[in-house]
Amino acid sequence: MPKRTDIQHVLVIGSGPIVIGQACEFDYSGTQACRVLREEGLRVSLVNSNPATIMTDPEFADATYIEPITPEFVEQVIAKERPDAILATLGGQTALNTAVALHERGVLEKYDVELIGADIDAIQRGEDRQKFKDIVAQIGGETPRSRVCHSMDEVRETVAELGLPVVIRPSFTMGGLGSGMAHTPDELERMASFGLAESPVTEVLIEESVLGWKEYELELMRDRHDNVVVVCSIENIDPMGVHTGDSVTVAPAMTLTDREYQHMRDVGIDVLRAVGVDTGGCNIQFAIHPDNGRMVVIEMNPRVSRSSALASKATGFPIAKIAAKLAIGYTLDEITNDITGETPASFEPTLDYVVVKVPRFAFEKFPGADKTLTTTMKSVGEAMSLGRNFTEALGKALRSMETKAAGFWTTPDPDGATLESTLEQLKTGHDGRLYTVERALRLGATVEQVHDASGIDPWFVDQILSLVELRSEILDAAVLDEPLLRRAKRAGLSDRQVAALRPELAGEDGVRALRHRLGIRPVFKTVDTCAAEFAAKTPYHYSAYESDPAAETEVAPQREKPKVLILGSGPNRIGQGIEFDYSCVHAAMALRADEYETVMVNCNPETVSTDYDTSDRLYFEPLTFEDVLEVVHSEQESGTVAGVIVQLGGQTPLGLAQRLADAGVPIVGTPPAAINLAEDRGAFGDVLTAAGLPAPRYGTATSYEGAKEIADEIGYPVLVRPSYVLGGRGMEIVYDDSTLADYIARATEVSPEHPVLVDRFLDDAIEIDVDALCDGDEIFIGGVMEHIEEAGIHSGDSSCALPPITLGRTDLENVRRSTEAIAKGVGVRGLLNVQYALKDDQLYVLEANPRASRTVPFVSKATAVPLAKAAARIMLGATIKELRDEGMLPPSGDGGELPSDAAVAVKEAVLPFHRFRTPEGQGVDSLLGPEMKSTGEVMGIDTSFGKAFAKSQTASYGSLPTSGRIFVSVANRDKRAMIFPVKRLADLGFEIVATQGTAEVLRRNGIPCSEVPKHFEAPTGSVRNAVSVILDGEVVMVINTPYGNSGPRVDGYEIRTAAVARDIPCVTTIQGAAAAVQGIEALIRGEISVRPLQALQAALKAQTGSTT
Amino acid sequence: MTPAALVLEDGRVFRGEAFGAVGSTLGEVVFCTAMTGYQETLTDPSYHGQIVVATAPQIGNTGWNDEDDESRKIHVAGYVVRDPARIPSNWRSRRSLNDELTDQGIVGIAGVDTRTITRHIREQGAMRAGIFAGDAVTDVDTMVQAVRDSPKMKGADLSGAVSTDETYVVPANGERRFKVAALDLGIKFNTPRMMAQRGIETHVMPVGSTLDDLLAVEPDGVFLANGPGDPETQAHAIALTQQVLERRIPLFGICFGNQILGRALGMGTYKMTYGHRGINVPVIEAATGRVAITSQNHGFALEGEVGQKLDTPYGAAEVSHYCPNDGTVEGLRCVDVPAFSVQYHPEAAAGPHDAAPLFDQFVTLMDEA
Repeated sequence: MPKRTDIQHVLVIGSGPIVIGQACEFDYSGTQACRVLREEGLRVSLVNSNPATIMTDPEFADATYIEPITPEFVEQVIAKERPDAILATLGGQTALNTAVALHERGVLEKYDVELIGADIDAIQRGEDRQKFKDIVAQIGGETPRSRVCHSMDEVRETVAELGLPVVIRPSFTMGGLGSGMAHTPDELERMASFGLAESPVTEVLIEESVLGWKEYELELMRDRHDNVVVVCSIENIDPMGVHTGDSVTVAPAMTLTDREYQHMRDVGIDVLRAVGVDTGGCNIQFAIHPDNGRMVVIEMNPRVSRSSALASKATGFPIAKIAAKLAIGYTLDEITNDITGETPASFEPTLDYVVVKVPRFAFEKFPGADKTLTTTMKSVGEAMSLGRNFTEALGKALRSMETKAAGFWTTPDPDGATLESTLEQLKTGHDGRLYTVERALRLGATVEQVHDASGIDPWFVDQILSLVELRSEILDAAVLDEPLLRRAKRAGLSDRQVAALRPELAGEDGVRALRHRLGIRPVFKTVDTCAAEFAAKTPYHYSAYESDPAAETEVAPQREKPKVLILGSGPNRIGQGIEFDYSCVHAAMALRADEYETVMVNCNPETVSTDYDTSDRLYFEPLTFEDVLEVVHSEQESGTVAGVIVQLGGQTPLGLAQRLADAGVPIVGTPPAAINLAEDRGAFGDVLTAAGLPAPRYGTATSYEGAKEIADEIGYPVLVRPSYVLGGRGMEIVYDDSTLADYIARATEVSPEHPVLVDRFLDDAIEIDVDALCDGDEIFIGGVMEHIEEAGIHSGDSSCALPPITLGRTDLENVRRSTEAIAKGVGVRGLLNVQYALKDDQLYVLEANPRASRTVPFVSKATAVPLAKAAARIMLGATIKELRDEGMLPPSGDGGELPSDAAVAVKEAVLPFHRFRTPEGQGVDSLLGPEMKSTGEVMGIDTSFGKAFAKSQTASYGSLPTSGRIFVSVANRDKRAMIFPVKRLADLGFEIVATQGTAEVLRRNGIPCSEVPKHFEAPTGSVRNAVSVILDGEVVMVINTPYGNSGPRVDGYEIRTAAVARDIPCVTTIQGAAAAVQGIEALIRGEISVRPLQALQAALKAQTGSTT
Repeated sequence: MTPAALVLEDGRVFRGEAFGAVGSTLGEVVFCTAMTGYQETLTDPSYHGQIVVATAPQIGNTGWNDEDDESRKIHVAGYVVRDPARIPSNWRSRRSLNDELTDQGIVGIAGVDTRTITRHIREQGAMRAGIFAGDAVTDVDTMVQAVRDSPKMKGADLSGAVSTDETYVVPANGERRFKVAALDLGIKFNTPRMMAQRGIETHVMPVGSTLDDLLAVEPDGVFLANGPGDPETQAHAIALTQQVLERRIPLFGICFGNQILGRALGMGTYKMTYGHRGINVPVIEAATGRVAITSQNHGFALEGEVGQKLDTPYGAAEVSHYCPNDGTVEGLRCVDVPAFSVQYHPEAAAGPHDAAPLFDQFVTLMDEA
């Protein structure tokens, strides 16, 4: 069946900001879809509010709407674009929910738009838990016994029948939000009521516990000819009870007989057909009882999912790409398998390697959050790796995590760990559970004991036991000879792990030297979908160690074009996300176009960079020094390496720069010495001094006494942080000696190599972010962003506006001059990000980073200049002038001098507070500070700041209110600044409620308001306090700034947590309040419309005289 | 660690460690790409005389589950794996794969780079090989000579080695609706089992059975099983098939049986470079365009191409199925007599169940006869 001819124009809905449970896997899938649809000659319109995505690059769609993904905005896009069809199955739960809402509002019918991929009935059959259970029963499958409940009474009744524990699963939430297991009546009450509140349809499923059963997933595809294939099976090492996104998972399934597997396949296919996903991919989860093989179906996603991205990368079968083709009418047998180039996509990939995915958590960012793993997803990213056996893949995945532990034995055991305490710890899911398994076995536990405690299949436990035994052999061997070292490498041990066991080898470098001397190097195999049955055309490689010294490596020689290696950014985590992947992908695109052979190295399966289509070659490898060095070696063997790019993938590759350079690897762009110069405070201070630029006064200390001396000299408040960090990790504002002492005590790794930096904190300053290019001679300002929150909030968590909305011409000139001085002083060749604070008309340099920043994609989209592409070219020797001449950069001018009528773009951060709870079930504090906590961002773009800001708020957490009651409680220092915005809100018809001190000031200024007691003031009689009023849903917005200049910024925690719990806007700065007022005004005037990025950029280019 | 070597007739040697029994074995080296079902593969009589390379690296994880045997013993000549399981893990498992191989005297090798071997076979074709383990490992020339002295698969008549000596009957589940005479060219346990589920009583008969032997059963249909070896050697089975066609007894053949039917209809067969061995092979039914993912295990194939019409002594016939990977003939259908066959395994085991409805088609054919 060929392509449908009745579809000419498809609207693709993206997934919006990166949040826990919905990460850049949907950029990967959406980008593939857009690419495919355009190749097929269709017009593609796209809605996605996330500027850091590749899919929102203007060349991937005909009309790209960077607008909030809400039914209202998407309807506006539909009205304007009039597409024939909507593809919502590649944009995660956000897109699917939006499609359902559009259907329910009659929008699809009104504009005669067809949902392709899965229709409304199929979506509802897949997502509605009761309908789904009925379907499974119809086809003869089993699901856990359960009941759908709409009230707490129904919940209690059900549990009376099923008994505790039970699983609670709210309907229509993503990433398992609000779901979990209740063991006690108290937990049941708390979790079920939260689940009912989180579900948009006030519905939870109460279900028989299958805790401890083996957990599996199948990725399936179906075409409109009813052909079905299973792309991949995935086994979760953590048994049922831990969300699959938080589990260590393995592909293919390792512990199923063919009978069990085929039964699962049969049921999966029957379910897919009965649910009626017409075309495209779906994901089905199963649980199998380990003692009797009873299999139950857990759930299905009638769409492409995070696991689909994993399965695509694990097998080489591009699920999203094929799903898009199937959606427009092709059948599987009509689509060619890209990898072989000859065989069709109507087959099931078979693997001759093992894939392991390990989740990455960020609990350190949310003090107090419960770290137990449950059915609510808590991880923020993941790394995947491939090896020729399980232990090799596991070792590679563990060292890909960018955590302190980089595989077994690389960190000391916890103090006082005993066999008993370790086995006890294994009973619940936790980050690093496999480390705990290893420790238990090392302390003498049997495979059976570990299996009993953890529920992990004995086969996996035994595999880890094999490593424990190997460890003993390595420890006991008289000399580490060739056979033993080869076995160690074949089992997946890194040089660093071996070094930890054999101190006499002088560390990792010594092990590597020995290994190379013994001729032990990895070979590079190919991901080919077919276990080598057919020749592969796509160079998608992974490393493996074989026993045979003459084992075959499959990297083809390529000597015509110089090669450039691009080091990616590893697993997503807070502070290092999709923005860096964006820059890496852009570099690959630009350099491919410039006749380089591009080679990508990365280990994050969610990304576009690890799509085999992105670069000429892909190495799916950990970004450790050892692994990167072997990739470089492999590429040098097969051709000429012109250079390695380390400055686009964030801190991960940047941290390797010096060692790689020392090993003789050519680093292009800003040299490692210059990178050091910017990161070393002393040296950087000299650069500033030489250029006559002021920075906040600072000092470095290695003890409390030293820190206090500095603080006394420069005066509190001070900003303290460890050196060499990204995302503001461990950064705090300290107001007094005792907090400082406390900080130093907690910062466990203070040493002369790792001093603490103590900076003067500039209260009430305006923070400015600048992205710039420098070719060594000339600079090009990409954009100047003005933060809406004052300095002190991490730049990744602040909202910001571009062009800057309140900066004067002299300020901008000053910014340009300073940026140029820094770029040249440091010796930047490529991208540079500088953060400034403007206080009392004085511009202070806060920090400079000679690398791609988080804001590069935002700036590129807002200014229509591909900064990362230009940076990649500059790193390989192009000059800014040349790039201006060829049209990659505008012929004149730059982002530092945008026309006054240019559209305003606002970036807003998206924060994950509502996903975390304390072990007691309380929310965690949502206050922003110098440590970054956001997972993603959105962009709002429109003709004025107010409109753009309103869009950014709608896109990030729901719309700003246009009527209702606003709660205001601000710190004394903010009371004066608060008057105008709050008065404006009152004039706009909002009712104001305030705490006593705030209310007094407001009334004195003629603003009517009612008063509520603070949360710690005991309610008297029928008077409720602020927290209850918010929790009762009587407030539409909260304005609450932290109290006091002299105390720690922790007051108001209860109020902010209540706002997060109710999912209402919570403004924590006075500047944010002023911005919100402008946004609300724009909303009330109803003048917010949608406009494609292509039109916005064309207008901007016309204004700046650019030709491209 | 006991050393072992896999030696190919072209002189390539892959060294690893012994797995299963120690000693030496000779056979045709082939690769199988299935990720599950090593036990079914090992006990599939069609692998008789072959040294099987498992492309999936982790083998033996679920141990040996006695219910999963596809015949009374392991039939492969040797087994080549990368990483055998140290312990089996499955609630049904009785013992480890290693123990079973050792008990049955099957020589294997582990720790070799199975992907390199697979790529070599893909490029050079399936060839004779030997596994030498323990004391059997000698100098390369001697081992290569031993391999070169062994018989080739082309021209090999292996049915006799795997066929039952005497007819045995597998009763129908519940009421018997049909009787089928199954010519045992290397039949797997799951075939009569699936027929039994459809009310068929299966008489599994020795490969040398005559038409009279068959007719004595008063069969409603005749089944030609899968099996090892070169179909060109099967003059008796081919002649028998022609007699069945003449009598218009409904006939269904699978795998080797497809080649026998094809030759009975006058088609030629050839030895493929490396064959189809896996459980992920797409097959397209020409009439409907529908794709089935099938279990396959064959090194020979019928000459012909999709859509080809044949004029045979038994009336018209056509190539009904093909493999989109390489265009191989995957099925035949006679128009004027009630006979059809496929090159793959509707009984699966191991493999997906997509092709199971073919047994229903056989039932329909018998119903209509």
